[in-house]
Amino acid sequence: MAKSFSLSSLLSGSWPTWTLFALVLMAAPQVFRSGLSITVLSQMGIAIIACLSYNMLLGQGGMLSFGHAVYTGLGAYLAIHALNAVSNGALPIPVSAVPLAGGLAGMGFAVLFGYVTTRKAGTTFAMITLGMGELVFAMSLMIPEFFGGEGGVSSNRVIGSAVMGITYGPAIQVYYLIAVYTFVAVAAMYAFTQTPLGRMLNAVRDNPERVEFVGYNTQRVRYTAFIIAGFFAGISGGLGALNFEIVTAEVVGAARSGAYLLFTFLGGATFFFGPIIGAILMVLAFVLFSEFTKAWLLYLGLIFLFMVMYAPGGMASLIMMNVRVAAFGKLRQLWVSYVGLALTGLVALVGASAMVEMTYHLQLNAGQGSELQFLGATLDATSLNSWFGSIFVMATGLGLFELTRRQFSREWGHIQEFIEAEMQRRAS
Amino acid sequence: MDGATPFALELQDLRKSFGRTEIIRGINLAVQPGERVGIIGPNGAGKSTLFNLISGRFAPTSGQVLLNGTAIQGKKPFEINRLGLSRSFQITNIFPKLSVFENLRCSVLWSLGYRYTFLKFLSGLTDANQRANELMEMIQLDRKRDILAMNLTYAEQRALEIGITIGGGANVILLDEPTAGMSKSETTRFIGLIRSVTEGKTLLTVEHDMGVVFGLADKIAVVVYGEVLAFDTPDAVRANARVQEAYLGSSVADAQAGGQV
Repeated sequence: MAKSFSLSSLLSGSWPTWTLFALVLMAAPQVFRSGLSITVLSQMGIAIIACLSYNMLLGQGGMLSFGHAVYTGLGAYLAIHALNAVSNGALPIPVSAVPLAGGLAGMGFAVLFGYVTTRKAGTTFAMITLGMGELVFAMSLMIPEFFGGEGGVSSNRVIGSAVMGITYGPAIQVYYLIAVYTFVAVAAMYAFTQTPLGRMLNAVRDNPERVEFVGYNTQRVRYTAFIIAGFFAGISGGLGALNFEIVTAEVVGAARSGAYLLFTFLGGATFFFGPIIGAILMVLAFVLFSEFTKAWLLYLGLIFLFMVMYAPGGMASLIMMNVRVAAFGKLRQLWVSYVGLALTGLVALVGASAMVEMTYHLQLNAGQGSELQFLGATLDATSLNSWFGSIFVMATGLGLFELTRRQFSREWGHIQEFIEAEMQRRAS
Repeated sequence: MDGATPFALELQDLRKSFGRTEIIRGINLAVQPGERVGIIGPNGAGKSTLFNLISGRFAPTSGQVLLNGTAIQGKKPFEINRLGLSRSFQITNIFPKLSVFENLRCSVLWSLGYRYTFLKFLSGLTDANQRANELMEMIQLDRKRDILAMNLTYAEQRALEIGITIGGGANVILLDEPTAGMSKSETTRFIGLIRSVTEGKTLLTVEHDMGVVFGLADKIAVVVYGEVLAFDTPDAVRANARVQEAYLGSSVADAQAGGQV
């Protein structure tokens, strides 16, 4: 029973993971070299910090916040003002430290607003955060001196002479600054999960009442965690300010808060690394997918819907379930089913999205005639042929998908039973 | 305290009303340190409410609760817990998504002084980990260390419930129907467990199983309609005519016949 619990054993176990993470952060812009890639990678780093800080509330603390953008957004505003103050000499800090100003701002506002929001848990907490979000967004319209009105607040991150060749002029230099912040913030947030407060936060999520009977004040646990989450959220906002050199009122808006919630959930709130996946998906969706189709939000909504219904643990749980299957040497049996599911699902998706695209085309591009290009084929949004064709493709896909799915869930069930039995056997 | 050792727990004219209904109607009770008190009474007599008043889940309408001489009525549960009183629940109340070990570690952190810190790693807290391991062995769940609490059997969850309750090292322990829903053999084993883990502590337990109460307790308090009808040794309570009339009836005979007393 006497296992050794030391710091070194904690770190040595996960050492390869952290090295790999650092290497990926370093190597990514060397692999994806285009200007767009650097932008996307920078935004991913920023989003990773934001989503992980959000998950400190959602996944670890059971606090469903609808207003996390308040803390990233106000962090961004304070950071951009700080950057302007640095450039006119009023604030003697290096540009690299500007995101920390955002972090302190996020923390400060979390101290202020969190005092109210974290007094309650559950639905009440969710409602208050929603109200708080609306309140701050309304303020952004009322105080243009701070929020910059419709045009927002802009700045210039290239200030003074270069320090060791770093001017933050080129985007790649900003990327590396973001990468350093991302690495440190992710490590710090992971470390948090291994501390007494981090564990009591999980306990508060699971059963707040019981926590009160083991000596802890649940409000204080939630409040402290909320402040820490606010700090990291602010850092994320500060990095965003530095990256874009402009901050507009939408950064504190409900849409942004909703995106954090949605993608943290998609990535998986029950595992620490889930929100990292979510953040990557968020940037891909916002930057790339939105260019690809005008109906991207509709697709996103559908994905979210299916995820909530069929895989409430998000991508991370899907991955971990398959890792478990693989650990028991059963993943091979599922390959055929997975390929089948993917292909039939794709067919159904093509049919469905052809109809979505035709509908959007009719609504948005009516002036350009009724024809549109979809995956290399020419569809006519007013012809019955195109519609029936799409319906046929979708129905066929759905039918085959359902057959494959039934086969798959049988196999899956067998494998899970096998694993349970095997674990029982090993335990005894 | 005029020099004398105060009672571990003392209730003075404790009352609680919900709306116009008075559930607890002036309870007086004084428990010596180290005493084991069984609280019995028919359903709806107010036993669980009494525990909720003592442990701070509800504030009493009037009256006093003294823990080692300190008034604790109206204080929050965590404040009362920090003063050395801990309780278990009739309906299992654990941390379902944490492992057995984590459940127990959560229960010991405050008492070992770790409070709200996020500047120390849990893995480095030798005393907390050691204490959690000890608890795990005491409640005989050391083989289930990394199993999530929600995946334990019912009896194991009840044991974990006790483990969390005693984790913080409180001197006054309230157990609300610890053996509720257990089979006869489980109950017997479990009573032995409770007896050993609460060694040297002041224990108050609500129990329906008469055999259990008479076997475990030094003294019995009979609560009927929010009042203490009798508070005495098991033998005296059994002999008490009012108690027999009001509540016990044939149960006592059963318990005696069962040879569990």
